[in-house]
Amino acid sequence: MNRLADVFDTTGRTALIAYVTVGYPTIEATLRLVPLLARNGCDIVELGIPFSDPMADGATIQKTSHEALLNGVTPDVCLDVARQLSGEVDVPLVFMSYYNPILKKGLDDFCRACADSGVSGLIVPDLPPDEGGELELVSAAHGVDLVYLLAPTATDARIRLVADRSRGFLYLVSLVGVTGARASLHDGLEDFVDRVRAVAKQPLCVGFGISSPEQAVRVAKVADGVIVGSRILQLVEQDDSLEEAARFVRAVRAALDSAE
Amino acid sequence: MQTMTLPDRRGYFGVHGGRFVPETLVPALDELAAAYAEAMADERFRAELETLSRDYVGRETPLTFAERLTEHCGGAQVYLKREDLAHTGAHKINNALGQALLAQRMGKRRIVAETGAGQHGVATAAVCAKLGLECIVYMGEEDIRRQALNVFRMKLMGAEVRPVASGARTLKDAINEAIRDWVSNVETTHYLLGSVVGPAPYPEMVRDFQLVIGRETRRQVLERLGRLPDYVVACVGGGSNAIGMFYPFIDDEEVKLVGVEAGGKGLATGQHAAPLAAGTVGVLHGARSYLLQDEHGQILGTHSVSAGLDYPGVGPEHCYLKDIGRATYVAVDDIEALEGFKLLCRTEGITPALESAHAVAHTGALARTCSREVVIVVNVSGRGDKDMDIVVDALGGAL
Repeated sequence: MNRLADVFDTTGRTALIAYVTVGYPTIEATLRLVPLLARNGCDIVELGIPFSDPMADGATIQKTSHEALLNGVTPDVCLDVARQLSGEVDVPLVFMSYYNPILKKGLDDFCRACADSGVSGLIVPDLPPDEGGELELVSAAHGVDLVYLLAPTATDARIRLVADRSRGFLYLVSLVGVTGARASLHDGLEDFVDRVRAVAKQPLCVGFGISSPEQAVRVAKVADGVIVGSRILQLVEQDDSLEEAARFVRAVRAALDSAE
Repeated sequence: MQTMTLPDRRGYFGVHGGRFVPETLVPALDELAAAYAEAMADERFRAELETLSRDYVGRETPLTFAERLTEHCGGAQVYLKREDLAHTGAHKINNALGQALLAQRMGKRRIVAETGAGQHGVATAAVCAKLGLECIVYMGEEDIRRQALNVFRMKLMGAEVRPVASGARTLKDAINEAIRDWVSNVETTHYLLGSVVGPAPYPEMVRDFQLVIGRETRRQVLERLGRLPDYVVACVGGGSNAIGMFYPFIDDEEVKLVGVEAGGKGLATGQHAAPLAAGTVGVLHGARSYLLQDEHGQILGTHSVSAGLDYPGVGPEHCYLKDIGRATYVAVDDIEALEGFKLLCRTEGITPALESAHAVAHTGALARTCSREVVIVVNVSGRGDKDMDIVVDALGGAL
C-alpha cells in the first residue's frame, strides 16, 4: 500500500489530488478514468463512495452520487473498484465517504477491507475529530490514515485540535461553503493557510471550488497539494471519452510544474 | 431520574445524538451553544420570550375535555392539549420564536429553515416578519405541491420559499439544502431547525423551547383533576411536539408516555416513516439516531400521508427514551390517521393536522381498552386547515 506521507516526501512538487465519484457515469468509466488521471499527473486519487444525503456537497457531486447509486454502487463495489485500481496505478488511493455507510458496514470490517484493497486513507466530511476517536483508532490499527478537514471558520483552538489529530495530510477547505467549481477563490485563502501552517506539521492540501490551472497555481504558492473534484466530474459528463478530463489534469499539472 | 441531566457535554442522550457535521459548522455550533446557554441564564431574554409567548403566540393553550370523544370510545377520559390554537396553527411557533429571538441576540439577521408540512416554515416566516429578519425556507417540491396553502402563507409574510428538487423532494431533502445554505453563509445566518433533530445543541435547545407544552399540561391536569394523567400521547416525526409534551412528565414514573409514528401504508410494506418502530441506528443530519436505511447505509425514502411526519430519522432523545423503556412508540398507518382525523372533527368539532391525527387515532384505540378512571392527554399539535386538499383526495370527496 502506498503511504500518503510518501507523496509529499518524495515527489518534491505540489501534489495534485483528484476526486472522482465511484461509478459515475459507470463503474467501467471509473476503472478507465483513475489510471488516466494518474498518468496525466495526479499524485493521489480520492474515490468518492456515493451517499444518498451528501450535505457537504454542491450540485455536481450531488448529481454524480445520485447517478452512481442508481448504477448500484455500494461500499463493497467501491472496495472492489479500489482493489482493481490499486493493482494498476501506483498513486495512493483515498476513500471519501460520509460516515453512515462506514458505520453500517462496521468500522473494523470497513477499515480492514480498505487495507486489503490498497486504500491508504479516509476522508469523512461529516466526521469532525470530536466524533472521530473510534474511527481514528480502528483505521490506525489497519494502517489507514484518517484525514481531517479544516475550514476558514476555524478558531485557533480548532486548528490546534485538528492539526493534532489528522494523519497523512490536512484537508483545508478553501472557502465557506460546499463542494463545487467556483469562478473565484476566497480572498482570505492565503491567510487561512498561513494560520494552519503556523501550527500543523502535516502537508496542507487545499480543496473545494478549484476549477482552473490559474486557481491551482495560486493555491500552490501556499499549500503542498491541490485538490480538484467537481470540475473533473463536469468534464467527464461533457465528454465520456474522458479525454477532456485528462486534458484538464494535464493542464493543471503543467501549470503547477512551470510555477515552481 | 438521570434523564433530566441529558444531554451530556458532547450532546449525547445515551448512545444517540452528537455532532456529525462538516468542520465548517463546528465553530457555529459552539457559538450557538454558548449563546443559547447565556440567553437562558439571562432573565431579560426569558421575560421577552414569555411576553411574546403570551401576547403573540397566545399561550397558554387550553386543555379541553373531549367529552363526546370520550363517550364515543366508551373507555378512558380523553383530554386534548390545544396546540392547534397557538398562533400560526401549530406548536412549531414555540421553537421558532425562541430561536429567532436568540438569532437576533446573536446579531444574525438572515434566517434559513426547512419545512415539511409547512407548519414550521409558516411559524418561522411569522416570527421573522414580527422581528424584521430575512427569512428563506427550503421546501421539497413534493411538499410544495401537497401543501400549497402554507407556501402562499409564507410568501405573504415575506419569506422566500426555495423549492428543493433533489432526492424524494420532501423534508429530508429540504434539511440537506438548508444545511448547505448554512454551510455557505454561516457567518451571517442562523439555521432555524424545526425539530429535535440535527447536531447538538439543536435537540436540547428545541426541546427546551417546546417543553412549555408539557409544563402547562401537567399543571392544567393537576388543577383540573388533582392528579396526573395515566397516559400522555403525541405524534412523532422528528419529535418536537412529543418531547415538549413528554419532558416535564419524565420524572413522573406513573405517567405512561406514548409516541405515535407514521405507519404510512403499513410497516410490512416498507413504505412508512417509523424509525423508532422499524429502524436501525445510524447517522443522518448531524446526529446518531434510529433511521430508516438500507443494508449499505443509504437513507431510505419514506412515506406518510402527513408531510410533517415524512422523515427517516428521529430525535436522539426519543431514541434514548425508547432504549431505557421510559416511553413506548407505536405506528399508526395512513388509513387509521384519516379515521382519527374524521373522528375528532365529528365528535369535538376540532380539525386536527394530519400529523396530530395519528396521535388522536391511537388515543381512540387506547381509550377503548381502558376503564373510565383512566385519563389520557393527547397533544393536538396543530390544526388541519392546511390538509383539506389531501383529505378531500383521500376520502374521494365523499363524507
